[in-house]
Amino acid sequence: MGLIVYGLGLKDLKTNDITYRQHRHLYPNPYTKTFIFSVQMELLVVGLNHKTAPIEIRERLSFPEDGIERALSRVKSFPSLKENMILSTCNRVEICAAARETEKAIHDLKEFFSQYHGISLKEFEKSLYYHVGEEAVRHIFRVASSLDSMVVGEPQILGQIKSAYNMAVESKTSGLILHRLLHRAFHVAKRVRTETKIGNSAVSVSFVAVELAKKIFGTLEKRSVLLIGAGEMSELAARHLVSGGIEKVLLTNRTYERAVELAQEFRGEPIPFEEMNQGLKKVDIVISATDSSQYLIEHDQVAKVMKDRKQKPIFFIDIADPRDIEPKVGNIENVYLYNIDDLQKVANENIQDREKEARKAEAIVQDEVVKFVNWYHSIEVTPTIIALREKFEAIRNRELGKILSLYPNLTEKEKQSLEAMTSAIINKILHGPLTLLKKTDEEAMADLYLDALRTLFQLSEKSLEETDMEREK
Amino acid sequence: MNIHFFKFASFLYLFGTLAYLAYIIFLKEALSKLALTVISVGFASHTLALLMRYVEAGHTPVTNLHESLSFFAWMIIGILLIANLKYKIKVLGSFLTPIALILMFFAFALPKEIFPLAPVLKSFWHPFHVIFAFLGNAIFTLTFCCGVMYLIQEHQLKSKKMGAITKRLPPLNLLDDLSYQSLKFGFPLLTLGIITGAVWAEYAWGRYWNWDPKETWSLITWLLYAALLHQRLTVGWRGRKAAIMAIVGFLASLFTFLGVNLILPGLHTYSNW
Repeated sequence: MGLIVYGLGLKDLKTNDITYRQHRHLYPNPYTKTFIFSVQMELLVVGLNHKTAPIEIRERLSFPEDGIERALSRVKSFPSLKENMILSTCNRVEICAAARETEKAIHDLKEFFSQYHGISLKEFEKSLYYHVGEEAVRHIFRVASSLDSMVVGEPQILGQIKSAYNMAVESKTSGLILHRLLHRAFHVAKRVRTETKIGNSAVSVSFVAVELAKKIFGTLEKRSVLLIGAGEMSELAARHLVSGGIEKVLLTNRTYERAVELAQEFRGEPIPFEEMNQGLKKVDIVISATDSSQYLIEHDQVAKVMKDRKQKPIFFIDIADPRDIEPKVGNIENVYLYNIDDLQKVANENIQDREKEARKAEAIVQDEVVKFVNWYHSIEVTPTIIALREKFEAIRNRELGKILSLYPNLTEKEKQSLEAMTSAIINKILHGPLTLLKKTDEEAMADLYLDALRTLFQLSEKSLEETDMEREK
Repeated sequence: MNIHFFKFASFLYLFGTLAYLAYIIFLKEALSKLALTVISVGFASHTLALLMRYVEAGHTPVTNLHESLSFFAWMIIGILLIANLKYKIKVLGSFLTPIALILMFFAFALPKEIFPLAPVLKSFWHPFHVIFAFLGNAIFTLTFCCGVMYLIQEHQLKSKKMGAITKRLPPLNLLDDLSYQSLKFGFPLLTLGIITGAVWAEYAWGRYWNWDPKETWSLITWLLYAALLHQRLTVGWRGRKAAIMAIVGFLASLFTFLGVNLILPGLHTYSNW
């Protein structure tokens, strides 16, 4: 057996900063009794989104929620990949991974997409994008901060990433690198949300809808909304209204079952389609998004409803194309009718604000990318160090778990202090040896140290593989 | 002495009004706070001026046009301060203070001396009549401002513009609510003003109702507001219609107050000013 050279690693992570030695840690391979170069892990994102692929392709490549666990462990079984996470929303499907060999990993992931969904690679290869190293970090941070969203600034994506990460944690497909990456991503998202106005200026259609509602009704508290039909946009608008304080959601659909289904999602109340007029009498805001070819709500009908409402103002949002609500309805007193184009027009007027805020957000992302890259360098992502850290981390978690179960009444703050303290202990213990390793110029000495570490802490390649296998079970 | 305080108050009102106008342009919180503080101090000074004048003259200072305008402006500012306590509508000041400032400007320009009281005004009922009528009208000034803001805001929302103006004006329901509340307070006061006026007329002229132009116009004003209140209570009038009606009512009361004195001579004209 000769020398096997794995991927060069961290191409984009400022290669020149990485010491020569990092690539050349030699350690004995317990199986072959030969020497291989150690591997630098590489962050990698492969996927497609609303900008690169039409909805038909996105739909076919998306992962249903209950299938993600299986998909995660299948990705994990590729030897080229160490850690992975799958993010699948209606606007994007992507796999974020820590790879042992970049080229091979990208190839494997492409194959995986194709095989898992039974679609030939030709059909979607052009839509795929690849981000490696620093670019991958930036991409994940931008996605989490909703800078890469169709509706920039919409808050849903953060929740979606969080649940994608949680699934990876539960399936044990995430490790040291993804843990750190995702926690940083959540932090970046929070910074962007609090330090810029990207999330609260009326830059998106659904925000415009909320702002308008506030200009008509003051606060949204104690107000109610009726959702007619269903669709991405209308649900998004409804969600924004709910997070703006709307108290009650009524839902109706031509198929009652669908209304019941959606009602569960919004914790709302389904009403039969025939009783829509009853709903119109009660609610303050109506969002309509059906694919009906005729008007569902007409002038005379609303004029009558307004009498029953004692002229209480009502706000119609027509998201459907063709329209659901007769435009004349907007002429009735105390009725405010906006269709999707009107909302878009208002949103566009705010575009300048948005661009200014987006620049601020990009600066925050850049700032955090640099921090992450520095961390990445500092940990020397070699298998030995990762294994060592993971071992310590496992011990820490086990012991922490014991303490926490002993004292179930600890406050969140106390728990966090314990977390922080135990993390600090590990970092302090590891700091000395790792610094020494970094400083060791002589290769033979470094190898000696690494070998000693592996032996003393029982970190043989074999035990690593075993733990991997255990995890898969 | 009262004139000094009056002048000081006028100066502060000018300053406060400018701050309120700057606030509605730049939307800086500090400006609205500054404006409110300055106006409050101005109000205190104005209050002192009125009290001193009351002491110096020996009668409620509402007997000539200078005194009436000054008194009316004082009440408008007072209503603004009260409304500010309950409703967080900062731009209200930007609408109400200019009106008070204009009244102060005319009061400033008019002869400010204390005249001996005309015999007809020497009545127990006269001050009550004037205070109620002015208080009612000061509150209706607020209703009027709400109506104007409502119509502008409603036009913005109906014509699907959501720009600088929409951002600066309060939500529709808040305007409508304040408009209704002020109507509910203003109307009984106006009614009391007219009743006490009739009682005073009985003492002064021997008849409760003389159909002089002032009385006729105040009746017209009263009927307009009565109709608005009635429609609000029964038919659920609100929003645009109510706003227009509040504006019409205010214009009528403005005419009752000023127009009648200046254009239509009658029993209510006591002095050239």
